[in-house]
Amino acid sequence: MKRAANAASLPDIPENVRTAVLTVTARLKDQPGALLPVLHGVQAALGCIPEASVPLIARELNLSRADVHGVISFYHYFRSQPAGRRVIYLCRAESCQAMGAGALEKHVKQRLGVDFHGTTADGAFTLEPVYCLGNCACSPAMMVDDELQGRLTPAGFDAWLAAEKTVAGTT
Amino acid sequence: MSITVYVPRDAGALSLGAEAVAAAIAAGARQRAVDVRVVRNGSRGLYWLEPMVEVATADGRVAYGPVRPADVASLFEADFLHAGDHPLALGPTEDIAWLKSQQRLTFARVGVIDPRSLDDYRTHGGYRGLEAALKMSGADIVQALTDSGLRGRGGAAFPAGIKWKTCLDAQADRKYIVCNADEGDSGTYSDRMIMEGDPFVLIEGMTIAGLAVGASHGYIYLRVEYPHARQALQAAIASAEADGYLGDDVRGCGKPFRLEVRIAAGAYICGEETSLLESLEGRRGQVRCKPPLPAIEGLFGKPTVINNVVTLASVPTILDKGAAYYRDYGTGRSRGTLPLQLAGNLKRPGLVERAFGLTLRELVEDYGGGTASGRPLRAVQVGGPLGAYIPASQLDTPIDYEAFATIGGMLGHGGVVVFDDSVDMAAQARYAMEFCAIESCGKCTPCRIGSTRGVEVIDRIVAGNAAARERDEALLRDLCQTMLAGSLCALGGMAPFPVLSALDHFPEDFAGTADRTAS
Repeated sequence: MKRAANAASLPDIPENVRTAVLTVTARLKDQPGALLPVLHGVQAALGCIPEASVPLIARELNLSRADVHGVISFYHYFRSQPAGRRVIYLCRAESCQAMGAGALEKHVKQRLGVDFHGTTADGAFTLEPVYCLGNCACSPAMMVDDELQGRLTPAGFDAWLAAEKTVAGTT
Repeated sequence: MSITVYVPRDAGALSLGAEAVAAAIAAGARQRAVDVRVVRNGSRGLYWLEPMVEVATADGRVAYGPVRPADVASLFEADFLHAGDHPLALGPTEDIAWLKSQQRLTFARVGVIDPRSLDDYRTHGGYRGLEAALKMSGADIVQALTDSGLRGRGGAAFPAGIKWKTCLDAQADRKYIVCNADEGDSGTYSDRMIMEGDPFVLIEGMTIAGLAVGASHGYIYLRVEYPHARQALQAAIASAEADGYLGDDVRGCGKPFRLEVRIAAGAYICGEETSLLESLEGRRGQVRCKPPLPAIEGLFGKPTVINNVVTLASVPTILDKGAAYYRDYGTGRSRGTLPLQLAGNLKRPGLVERAFGLTLRELVEDYGGGTASGRPLRAVQVGGPLGAYIPASQLDTPIDYEAFATIGGMLGHGGVVVFDDSVDMAAQARYAMEFCAIESCGKCTPCRIGSTRGVEVIDRIVAGNAAARERDEALLRDLCQTMLAGSLCALGGMAPFPVLSALDHFPEDFAGTADRTAS
């Protein structure tokens, strides 16, 4: 009963968002402390956690929208806007700094034409800073999706980028 | 008979091309019709030699490295499958001096075994600690841990036995074991290496903790930046469940213990134990006030043992070999061994597990081999982003919790990051404040506001003249005192360490540009 009343008060939600959220919540909502696993699930399905999904997530987990919004905005990994097709996490932390991460960072930003948190105009890449990838014995490090790179140089980045563009061009 | 070749699946080795090396070896073997079994082990921790390939021979394992995919053909030609000589040959792995001089207790199996194989784990002494624990009462297990002198390896160095005892004595219908695998400190990677290279040891340690304090459920809170560790842990948990090491009746002892991996979301503060608990409960990772201690009122309000990966992974050895065996390593109040992680600008970065008491100099010079750039060493940051910058003049400080406290530093999680003389220490101090501002949970004012003001003051110092610098330095030191004394947790409470140590040891880097251009 309560659910039907709540559903009526929900704003319009795109169908794909509704389906994705309900699929994830049906699977995970009964576990204790379900919000983070649910948000990971929604982001994995949709590429981000759109604003429009927040009321539905809140309703399914019996939380307030403010609670859900607060959690999404607290964690660096969660995003409300879609990212580029590939997200480049470039390490900014001390070990990488000691091995030239500063110069690498400048080079990558200039090469992609974006600052941190930015997405390239063609929607191919989003650049994000990260504070340690645990690859400190092979600094500087970068991670793209689950693919980790160590001892990365500006030339190494260019080679990686060229290979990426070739792959993207052939698909 | 097949020949076993080891190619690490450790994330660091993968980042240097280990996957392609493994594929090239498998393809080369097929082409030559040789029966080769490729085992994907963890890393031995000699990262300058990764990807390091090992071959099992009648006389033990021999190593080659660093191997690039292009080297594989010549390795076959040199008959590396029978320990043939090659420019990349390193000889018997166990005889490599860098490895031989270590005292690997917690890391005994990392890089040695197949992390996906429970049988391999048992063959190499795995689950003996649990077998011993199953014959003991909870109180006896806790006593053994207390007697071992083990202190929390996550950074705070709190005696693990006292934590467990508090949880054991707490009365509740439910208790939890939580593993802090949110290894966010830069320059540290020992947790990752354990989880990828020997995940069963963590599972065993957590199971023993569960038996000791009477907890039936455990969570591993793993950082999202560690996808390889996640795969290794999930595979290991499934194997342990299948063999009755996890589940409703652990090895027929009648007690349940279940384990679950939860993925973090990129907040450094969630490595702080109370923030981590908030996060596990599905909230913003904001620090809780203590008391109540997590051991009394922790996850979901229940008594909770929360320990770091290396701490929990050290438990099986203590139960297997006895508290005295572990306690006999080390010095003063720092007992046992510490897995140190050499990082930054070093020729030979990697994992060094040694008893407490060796000096920082031995680490960076003997093991590390000096700077990778060949330039003079200028500063070493020990203990992650909240650790002090130590000048070359203090390199003889022993690796010991109290000795580091005496020089205004901390060992933390054992990360050692080396910088050469091209480093700008004012920039490093600014970064420490900037990092604190980015990662502050926002709950207490000294950390939330102090870190932002800290960045501004350092910017003014660097841009200003001598008179302004004197005024602003006093202000910065005052601000650091406020953060040290008034912050709720270690983030705000220790972010001043790198700042103050940079100011104290490298004042010349803070000379304002106004003066520098004048002179």
